[in-house]
Amino acid sequence: MKVRLITATAAFALMLGTAMSAQAASTLRYCSEGSPEGFGPQLFDAGTTLDAVRPVFNRLIETKFGTTDPVASLAEKWEVSDDGLTYTFHLRQGVKFHTVKGFKPTRDFNADDVVFSFNRMLDKNNPYHAVNGGTYAYFEGMGMPDKMKSVEKVDDMTVKVTLNAPEAPFIAELGMEWASILSKEYADQLEKEGKKEQIDLVPVGTGPFVFVDYQKDAVIRYKANKDYWRGKQKVDNLVFAITKDPAVRKAKLEKGECDIYPYPAAADLAELKANPKLTVEESEGPNVAYMIMNNKMKPWDNKIVRQAVNMAINKDAIVKAVFAGGAKPAVNPLPPTIWGYNDAVKGYPYDPAKAKEMLESQGVKDLKVDLWYQPVSRPYNLDGKKMGELMQADLAKVGINVNLVTYDWAEYLKRMHAGESPLGQIGWGADIGDPDNFMYLHGCGGTGNPPGQNNEKWCNNEYDALLKQGLETSDQAKRVEIYKKAQELIHEEAPIVPIVHSVTFMPMSKKVDGYVIDPLGIHNFENVGLK
Amino acid sequence: MIRFVIQRVLLIIPTFLGAALLTFVLIHAIPGDPVQMLLGEKVIDPVRHQELLAQIGLDKPLPIQFVDYVWNVLQGDFGKSIQSKESVLSDFFQLFPATLELAFCAMVFAVVIGIPAGVLAAERRGSVYDHTLMGAALTGYSMPIFWWGLLLILFFSLYLGWTPVSGRIDLDYYFEDGTNFMLYDSLVSGQEGAFASAVSHLILPTIVLGTIPLAVIARMTRSAMLEVLGEDYVRTARAKGLSGFRVVGIHALRNALIPVVTVIGLQVGTLMAGAILTENIFSWPGVGSWLVNSIYQRDYPSVQGGVLLIAGFVILVNLSVDLIYGLLNPRIRGRR
Repeated sequence: MKVRLITATAAFALMLGTAMSAQAASTLRYCSEGSPEGFGPQLFDAGTTLDAVRPVFNRLIETKFGTTDPVASLAEKWEVSDDGLTYTFHLRQGVKFHTVKGFKPTRDFNADDVVFSFNRMLDKNNPYHAVNGGTYAYFEGMGMPDKMKSVEKVDDMTVKVTLNAPEAPFIAELGMEWASILSKEYADQLEKEGKKEQIDLVPVGTGPFVFVDYQKDAVIRYKANKDYWRGKQKVDNLVFAITKDPAVRKAKLEKGECDIYPYPAAADLAELKANPKLTVEESEGPNVAYMIMNNKMKPWDNKIVRQAVNMAINKDAIVKAVFAGGAKPAVNPLPPTIWGYNDAVKGYPYDPAKAKEMLESQGVKDLKVDLWYQPVSRPYNLDGKKMGELMQADLAKVGINVNLVTYDWAEYLKRMHAGESPLGQIGWGADIGDPDNFMYLHGCGGTGNPPGQNNEKWCNNEYDALLKQGLETSDQAKRVEIYKKAQELIHEEAPIVPIVHSVTFMPMSKKVDGYVIDPLGIHNFENVGLK
Repeated sequence: MIRFVIQRVLLIIPTFLGAALLTFVLIHAIPGDPVQMLLGEKVIDPVRHQELLAQIGLDKPLPIQFVDYVWNVLQGDFGKSIQSKESVLSDFFQLFPATLELAFCAMVFAVVIGIPAGVLAAERRGSVYDHTLMGAALTGYSMPIFWWGLLLILFFSLYLGWTPVSGRIDLDYYFEDGTNFMLYDSLVSGQEGAFASAVSHLILPTIVLGTIPLAVIARMTRSAMLEVLGEDYVRTARAKGLSGFRVVGIHALRNALIPVVTVIGLQVGTLMAGAILTENIFSWPGVGSWLVNSIYQRDYPSVQGGVLLIAGFVILVNLSVDLIYGLLNPRIRGRR
């Protein structure tokens, strides 16, 4: 009986072993952190979704791998009119769209595809505008409906985009996923077949990988695009294995069930780095966590009080406790990875004694105030509560007694945008590699009326003028100077306390070849191979 | 019997309506709106924000939204997911086979081990075996699922290397136009090693999800058996010289099973709740983790539809259990 049991167990273990050892050498397996909401690049703005659509699509402009520099993609070159309002794009010849089940393209990419892609979002009368909800979250979140006036075809390979006002970062903005180019031929075919919804379910683009299948919440499969205009991919297949728990992602990498994964838990980094079969790539994240002081409330309308609070927060302690060392203390609202960063600005020193003295000089003593801490983990703030507790302890030392408060995330944002938070944590991750993408958060557009995203409700006409100048200037060297000035101003006025810029980590098998961490935090598998 | 069936079926209507109302009220009671969740830290013009809310029908007063919703559901329209933009029914039925397969295996695991273990514990009441088993059952019942799951992964997948860490099948296997019942798909695909891979992926999630029902079934079987074993007819059977197996296995167990069947029916609800955590740990693409994500994203149609469909499933299972119970025990059928 015993012998039979052992034999059966051994046979079963062998069977499992056989089942698990079968692995194709040319499949890159990425253990992604969540499910995509869909496959329409225009409809969504969550990083997880954009990672899943990125392999399929190209845009007119893209960023050079590993940098924030815009480079030509489906547009080979472009010209900007002197008034900064008209952009003329000359399109790349010979680019082929993917063939998927039920669709085989009969022509190459041309201006019709570009006009269709933009007008779907811009033109409410476009037959595809209302398809699948008609909500273009990222496009709208970037203010594009107000910025873009029209997109017109000049000839088959030339497109003209007209803006309502000069927008220097526009070229960089075209590198975002909402600006992906869809196939008009595919859209027309689906319209004829009465299956318009398919456009965002079975994506057809010109990108390095062709979409094969999505098993909801489990696996996304792609195969290499044989006709890709930038050349053949190093792997035959790309698979996203959706694995929501970071501890399980780590276990899968260690066991060889995936080759690379994002967002490791801070506590696991030391063990991952010590594993001889793995490497952990890291890069400073393009983000910032900061604490706002509501300038519409007392005593935060007083500059000296705000400067004192900047001296009261021990950022090094936060880096150690919240990020296990995986972050850098912030000085400016702009991360150092974005051009235009002002390294001449020196951060306020951590000096609680001086801070207390400054506060007392302004009559701030034994103050009781609410501090809002973030209820969710974000790349720039992994643990809002822990960060809140550290801030609470720091502020208690200078005579500010903090009551920690939070809300559900959507409610938190809504109330903070409405100006209800006296002190509160918030942050930002880069959409594009342009300083305006961070600096505009603190502007009021010269109106004196802070918009929602200006959570500290601080308005300064000089600052607003600099932002406007930055948008209207096309010369990058001049723009650097403008944003450097803006950073000096914000440092002096201290409406916020910049806390940290987190570091992005990507643990991967040593077999993975050519993966470059993107400074904008996106996960890109073009030209990534396996040794 | 027909009257009994009609009574049980009619009871479904208020239960179903109650579930719909409760879900609707609870999900709307959570602050925050889905448009803000879509936008994250970004801000759009408040007028446009209202327009977007109106587009998904959230601008109307709540009672009207509820009536509209129930009316649509009665016509088989569960709405479209705010997140995926697909129909809730389509999202649900893409995922439900995975949950059903896991729940079924977990239940088989719980029943196949739980009933014999409970019978043995009752038969050897007060022995070391009884105490060990009931101690283990209590531990199993109290064990946090996420901790238990990770512990098993660490031991069986990483330390021993016997089972895969997560997922439903090795990534190399792919079945075009499958049913989403992985055991079936892998078996009929004819691909070498596919079925073994699907089974190996099921082992740990089955154990994790089946642990609590197993503990409940074992304890219930034990106490029901103890009660039955003390009955006169069992004593008579023993006195007549019947073998221990016949007395316990045939005479006593059949009667002890009646409350156990009810408990098994009730455990279907527990399985559905447990599936949420188990699915998350083992990256099991079922309705549990989908529902949790929908709650986070304030995807009202998905949450309402998902809960209603799962509630419908649990109600149906319990109805079947009630009917089987009635069949097994004519006294109960007659009383009602």
